[in-house]
Amino acid sequence: MIAQNVAFWIIALAMAGAAIGVVRSTNVVHAALYLVVVLAGTAAQYILLAAEFVAWVQVLVYIGAVVILFLFGIMLTRAPMGHETDLDTDSRWSAAVVGLFLFGVLTALLVDAFGDKEIVLHEPTRTAAVADSIFRTYVLPFEVVSMLLLAALVGAVVIARRD
Amino acid sequence: MALNQFLILAAFLFGTGVYGVVARRNGVLMLMSVELMLQAVNINLVAFSAFLHDVSGQVFALFVITVAAAEVGVGLAIILLIYRNLGSPDLDRVEQLKG
Repeated sequence: MIAQNVAFWIIALAMAGAAIGVVRSTNVVHAALYLVVVLAGTAAQYILLAAEFVAWVQVLVYIGAVVILFLFGIMLTRAPMGHETDLDTDSRWSAAVVGLFLFGVLTALLVDAFGDKEIVLHEPTRTAAVADSIFRTYVLPFEVVSMLLLAALVGAVVIARRD
Repeated sequence: MALNQFLILAAFLFGTGVYGVVARRNGVLMLMSVELMLQAVNINLVAFSAFLHDVSGQVFALFVITVAAAEVGVGLAIILLIYRNLGSPDLDRVEQLKG
């Protein structure tokens, strides 16, 4: 338990620092690379929570595909590769106030609601259990999400192609 | 492990994502901030799945990952179109509908 907590706090600090980097970096490519740190940290947290399958899906889909898409987006919109000063709007300070306020309110609520709850893990979640749940209980949402993915694929091609 | 440590980490990521969405001008960076918020939601889902010993939370996290992938694809296509039409990926230049 202590080892898990130490691992959690190390990963959590890295994730928090990288998240700040994503929203504060003055270099667009660096922001994308900070995002990789956040995504990899999230996958590590899933493993700490004994959710192996979700962790590997996270690595495959996010780090493998979504980050590549972001880098392609940066390349195709010819974002400036060096330091850039006008990446932020003028509403930076009000945005910081909103973000901090939200974090404060959520933290206060969570401490009040789940202050003494502990996660007790017996064994890793078997992937077969996840598959059973998807294809037995959630088979209709699964099919709907497949159609959504197809629609998004076709839509992205239609929107982005040059006529 | 306390349940709260995961939830508060997720709250921090969510707050950071909200800051990014409001403060960023570049469309690609704004989408990255949206991804931060989705990560926060996913951490919550998986943490509650482990807390309640119910696999449904993980299934929902998988669905959220799928929808996020679709969202990034369409979002980047839209930003590409904005860049092609306005010559810049800055979203505050999209003001044709402003009264």
